[in-house]
Amino acid sequence: MSATEVVFLLFAALAVGSALLAMTTSQLVHSALWLVVTLGAVAGCFVLMTAEFVAWVQVLVYVGSVVVLVIFALMLTRQQSTISAEVTGNRWTAAVLGLVAAVGLGATVVSGFHGERIEGRRIGTARSLGDALFNDWVLPFEILSGVLLAALVGAIVISRSGTER
Amino acid sequence: MPLLYPLVLSAALFGIGLYGVLARRNAVLMLLGVELMLNAVNLNLVAFDAWFADRIHTGQVLTLFTITLAAAEIGLGLAIVLALFRAVRTVDVDEVGVK
Repeated sequence: MSATEVVFLLFAALAVGSALLAMTTSQLVHSALWLVVTLGAVAGCFVLMTAEFVAWVQVLVYVGSVVVLVIFALMLTRQQSTISAEVTGNRWTAAVLGLVAAVGLGATVVSGFHGERIEGRRIGTARSLGDALFNDWVLPFEILSGVLLAALVGAIVISRSGTER
Repeated sequence: MPLLYPLVLSAALFGIGLYGVLARRNAVLMLLGVELMLNAVNLNLVAFDAWFADRIHTGQVLTLFTITLAAAEIGLGLAIVLALFRAVRTVDVDEVGVK
């Protein structure tokens, strides 16, 4: 087992453990902070799979903005009386469904791809990814900018509509 | 590195995210579960891109698109949650239907 695989397994264990904590802890803000650990560990996995540019985008967008947005939302929607438990009554159904999904997907990929190896022949640097993005993926990229603008305007409209009436 | 490592990790993260979406009472934390599931998908895309050694980096470019869409989704989702909170003063998904 090479050093890369050992580090990858460490990152994987960190990701799964912190994801479990993020989804089960009863402290709201702790949940968002554990998600930072998960997303950081996944970014580490990206680096080990030779996708360094995607890893930095992950750190910038997810850890940098999405989690900050979530923490803001948690603070803004803080209720005075948080007496209720943080999970719904159907948590066991949810646990069974999550387990079935994970085991089912895991069994599928194990039966389909066991023995295959990642060689890392094409490294995803900013240069190679930029070449691919602006030579072969220009149209989806432009459409995506339209989607992002629409989402931004939509978010502003939804946030404002309560104050005008 | 065996291709199975990232794929199995992705399956585990997807299951945990699914549990979070279904079990959490707080609407904001449900969105966190969705983010976790999207991240599991990203892991799959990057793993298959590195395995396939694609010339135009299909998997990694699609990962960038997914990250962008996830940012758009969380922005809209949180706006809807905030509007909900203003309307019924709660983000508890069990109580929203009752009020």
